Amino acid sequence: MLTITDLRKVYPTGDEALKGVSMRVSGDEVVSVIGPSGAGKSTLISCINRLTEPTDGSIVLDDTKITSLSKRDLRRSRREMGMIFQEFNLIERLTVMENVLSGRLGYMSNWKAFRRKFDAEDISKAYEILDRVGLEDVEDKRVDELSGGQRQRVGIARAVLQRPKILLVDEPTSSLDPETSAAVMELLTEIAREEEIPVVINIHEVDLALEHTDRVVGLTDGRIVFDGPPGELDDGARDTIYRGGEPRAKAGERTTSTESVEIEPEGSF
Amino acid sequence: MAVEPRTSWTKYDRKTKILRMLGVLVAAVVAVLAWRALHVRYTFVANAARNLRDLLGRMYPPNPSYAVEIVPPLVETMNIAILGTGLAIFLSLPIAYLGAENTTPNAITYAIGKFLIVGTRSVNVIIWALFFIIIFGTGALAGVLAVAFRSIGFVSKLLAEGIEEIDPGQVAAIRAVGGSPFDVVVYGIVPQVKPTFVSVATYRWDINVREATIIGFVGAGGIGASLDASIDFFQWSNVLTILIAMLGVVLVSEGVSAYLRGKTR
Repeated sequence: MLTITDLRKVYPTGDEALKGVSMRVSGDEVVSVIGPSGAGKSTLISCINRLTEPTDGSIVLDDTKITSLSKRDLRRSRREMGMIFQEFNLIERLTVMENVLSGRLGYMSNWKAFRRKFDAEDISKAYEILDRVGLEDVEDKRVDELSGGQRQRVGIARAVLQRPKILLVDEPTSSLDPETSAAVMELLTEIAREEEIPVVINIHEVDLALEHTDRVVGLTDGRIVFDGPPGELDDGARDTIYRGGEPRAKAGERTTSTESVEIEPEGSF
Repeated sequence: MAVEPRTSWTKYDRKTKILRMLGVLVAAVVAVLAWRALHVRYTFVANAARNLRDLLGRMYPPNPSYAVEIVPPLVETMNIAILGTGLAIFLSLPIAYLGAENTTPNAITYAIGKFLIVGTRSVNVIIWALFFIIIFGTGALAGVLAVAFRSIGFVSKLLAEGIEEIDPGQVAAIRAVGGSPFDVVVYGIVPQVKPTFVSVATYRWDINVREATIIGFVGAGGIGASLDASIDFFQWSNVLTILIAMLGVVLVSEGVSAYLRGKTR
């Protein structure tokens, strides 16, 4: 279970991205976070595994208080949180298999990692997951030879191979065409349900959120303004999330664009 | 009210014109003073054309029997270039890590990295060779070290720039799976800088073949020693033989380095 309490994030530029966010994700729930660009969706996701360091508030995963861990303990906890990125963030010059198996790096000694000496069990699980995401027979291809949809499948496989306690998913479909988006979203949520992993997905395509997730959280200007099942997201709720409560002015007006999050260096990597 | 049509236009006004003319005058005076300070002996200049014809006459034809003799020093030259470049790369890896803004642990390590990069680069290979000859005596070892230390700045500067240009997303992904700082380097950084690495290494090796041909003049091994000796004994046809051999070696090394750089992706 993930519990976020009063999370705040102020960037060094003075931008207040999160203004006290509290939420809870339990069991094997699939939760989507929706909201306009700049609402803080990506910041929220990357604060959970502290790729972005929160300014204030607490994040607790099961019995571990993520926000007060030392660097070393944080690395241990990150092994239990799978992350899927908007730009896939695969190691472009390595093969599909190396990318998938890199999900296990947190469990390996440096020497084994250097020699690519992965456990037999991880290797067989990796083949299994590659089959599951529809990437059989491409394990030796370099990732930069794949299409966008295939790359995100590698990203999903890498995160699932971690056998995580939670999946953090940041705009998984923003770099994909609509058809591929729907397929990737379906695959992602299906696998999460099979493996009983809870998921937090931030996504700006509301239709995909409604179709594939159990619960929708609306984030506007760093605050949660909606939290409920997809069925409750009526026009009024949408106006609250996307227009700060003002009713729709012009038909056809849409919020698009992608929001990127600044990942802060930890001094040395 | 008729407006007088304007017929004259100048780019500069009078004052600017005078200042610009003064500037040209100062530059000319500096050039003349510098030339005079060199004390060029014009009788030698007058003889230059004749001397050149004379030299070429003595050089030509090259001495083919000498060509066999210079094979060992040529091989030594290549070896100095290869070992020197290898050592330079080995020493440059940590310096590049320190000298790249996104990987260096803190401001002090960054300053150390930058200092090593600038410091090694500002000393010429001949001076490095003389320095190592004093420590290790004459021979190829001093040559290897001279070439290596001369190359550190170049190699680590370009590698550091390669590291600074990597995609931070790939690094974030390795951090997100709980990878150690070592994992981040091996999986997040190394694959991304590999093409830079290969191109810098081969390019520097190519430069070092040329560097290795001259350090023999001060006793640090390689073909330079043979060239120096042939000049000292006025064996001009041997000199031409060596120059042709050097040209061949340099062309081959250029070809190899261009091929290797084209190969990596």
